[in-house]
Amino acid sequence: MYTTLAWRNIWRNKRRSLITILSITFAVLLACVMRSMQLGSYGRMIENSVRFYTGYIQIHKDGYWNDKVIDNSFVYDPEKLSEVNQLKGVQTFVPRLESFALSSFKNQTKGALIMGVDPEREDELTRVKSKVVTGRYLKPGDEGILVSQGLANYLKVSVGDTVVLLGQGYRGANAAGLFPVRGIVKFAMPQQNNQLVYMDLAKAQWFYAADQLITSVALVIDDPDDAPKITRQVEEIFSGGSYEVMDWKELVPDLVQSIELDNISGKVMLWILYLVIGFGMFGTYLMMTAERQYEFGVMISVGMKRLQLQTIVLLEITFMTSIGVLVGIMLSLPALTYFHFNPIYFGAEAAKAIEKFGVEAVYAFSLDPVIFTNQAYAIFIMAIVLAGYPIWSIHKMRPVESMRP
Amino acid sequence: MSTIIKAINISKVYHKSTVPVHAVNNLSLNIEEGEFTAIVGPSGCGKTTLLNILGGLDQPTEGKVEVDGTDISSMKDSELIDFRLRNIGFVFQAYNLIPVLTARENVEFIMLLQKRNKKERHDRAMELLESMDIADKANSKPSQLSGGQQQRVAVARALASKPRFILADEPTANLDSSSTNNLLDLMAKMNEEQKATFIFSTHDQRVMDKARRIVTLEDGAIVSDVKR
Repeated sequence: MYTTLAWRNIWRNKRRSLITILSITFAVLLACVMRSMQLGSYGRMIENSVRFYTGYIQIHKDGYWNDKVIDNSFVYDPEKLSEVNQLKGVQTFVPRLESFALSSFKNQTKGALIMGVDPEREDELTRVKSKVVTGRYLKPGDEGILVSQGLANYLKVSVGDTVVLLGQGYRGANAAGLFPVRGIVKFAMPQQNNQLVYMDLAKAQWFYAADQLITSVALVIDDPDDAPKITRQVEEIFSGGSYEVMDWKELVPDLVQSIELDNISGKVMLWILYLVIGFGMFGTYLMMTAERQYEFGVMISVGMKRLQLQTIVLLEITFMTSIGVLVGIMLSLPALTYFHFNPIYFGAEAAKAIEKFGVEAVYAFSLDPVIFTNQAYAIFIMAIVLAGYPIWSIHKMRPVESMRP
Repeated sequence: MSTIIKAINISKVYHKSTVPVHAVNNLSLNIEEGEFTAIVGPSGCGKTTLLNILGGLDQPTEGKVEVDGTDISSMKDSELIDFRLRNIGFVFQAYNLIPVLTARENVEFIMLLQKRNKKERHDRAMELLESMDIADKANSKPSQLSGGQQQRVAVARALASKPRFILADEPTANLDSSSTNNLLDLMAKMNEEQKATFIFSTHDQRVMDKARRIVTLEDGAIVSDVKR
């Protein structure tokens, strides 16, 4: 009967209860959308930077990360790397030879980041094949190059044109060559889209006079959360030589920091929202306590224990909160599912402005269950804390005084 | 007949803006089992305060109250709540039924607190509602009942726990004369048939006419105690 009593009590003042439930629903809905957008965008940024570029773990020669010059390269040892490949959670490894060069076509010249890659392995990590917008992807041993779309537009090159690359090779050797453009690739991150040039690893080693050398090995792993554990295991395998093994948080510290900062501001916004809703909820609890003093007094007078009365009030609050939270999640779920699979892309002008900051111009939405559970926890914790008032009020109440007209 | 309630030299002093007000003043009173007692007197004479003290809702400033030999004046709050549940029935002036429960559920409510089983609760509630001539309204909410009907449900609720005595604070104050007579007849019947002990506070002459003992208060003290 306590449950019946609590449930019926909620609907004694339908309008007030509905307003309270709707305010909770609105808070949960808004909080879910906000967090989904935030986490979705972070995921997208991490994916673009890490999943589709650096990889979650990289192996370099010790010191390379602080001084990214081709002289800090190391010998490509497929046998040792196959040992890494045997580790649980490691899908594959992707060797790269990276350095800078000047790219030139007719009168246009621009600095470019040259990535010597194993075309098949690279595609397993970065899915670069799917990003080819014109022409074709590299074949193993290919003599040509892939040029990122932003750079291609700057140089005004298209598929079939030949680009001049000029740079400094291993230990000061000259690096110069003519490379036919096989394809144009489009990257989401402007930083990559405006400077990347892909070529076959063997060709890059030839270009930079760095025979058998690579500057990094990126690892493709099943679960990014396993990165720290796998990093430690890889460090053990490479413990004999002077190598550095870094996970993605060390590889892109700026990204991690900017995400953390943005995350904090997002959480502050959420707490402001909760605070506003909390005041609304508290108002309801205050009213439902104040207007029922007489009734509470009667119930205690006739023999109801304070704990029983407090339980009923707590049940009422739990019912209202549960309905609000459930409806909020149920409303947000289909909308967020839709936008998860259909992210919102900015219009051309806005996109340009946003991409200037090195960020992809898209609103991505996450469906991480933690988005929904965290809102539910937050609202429930708030409801329980605010329920302290009616519970305290019942604890302190003197029936004779509360029944006095 | 045995004595159920013994109020021994009880006083209750309120402090209103540091001025002491003696609501009950060194009062002693015995209530015997099966009595139908009216406590009467002008407004402010201490009727409600006396009833509250007898019912364990309020503590006397001095003196003590014994129910069946147990001193309830020194009980803790939780003990008193349990004591009231098992020994005392209450009827309030404003009916005070739980608005979201039906008449039957209101009567069952007390028995639920006493942890009686569902069938027993249901049977007892229906029996009481029948004896109060209101069984046909068992499934009605208080808002669907007249004042008289609500007060009859309140009496049924007070009797549901099979209390040692029932305290009724101005039970007819909000009723018309027909409902008052009806209610008083039913309470008198319960007193006769079930030997239920009733103690009323009232200034309603009709209630006084039905009472078999009239205790008159003035300024918190008994000025007359007449048995008929």
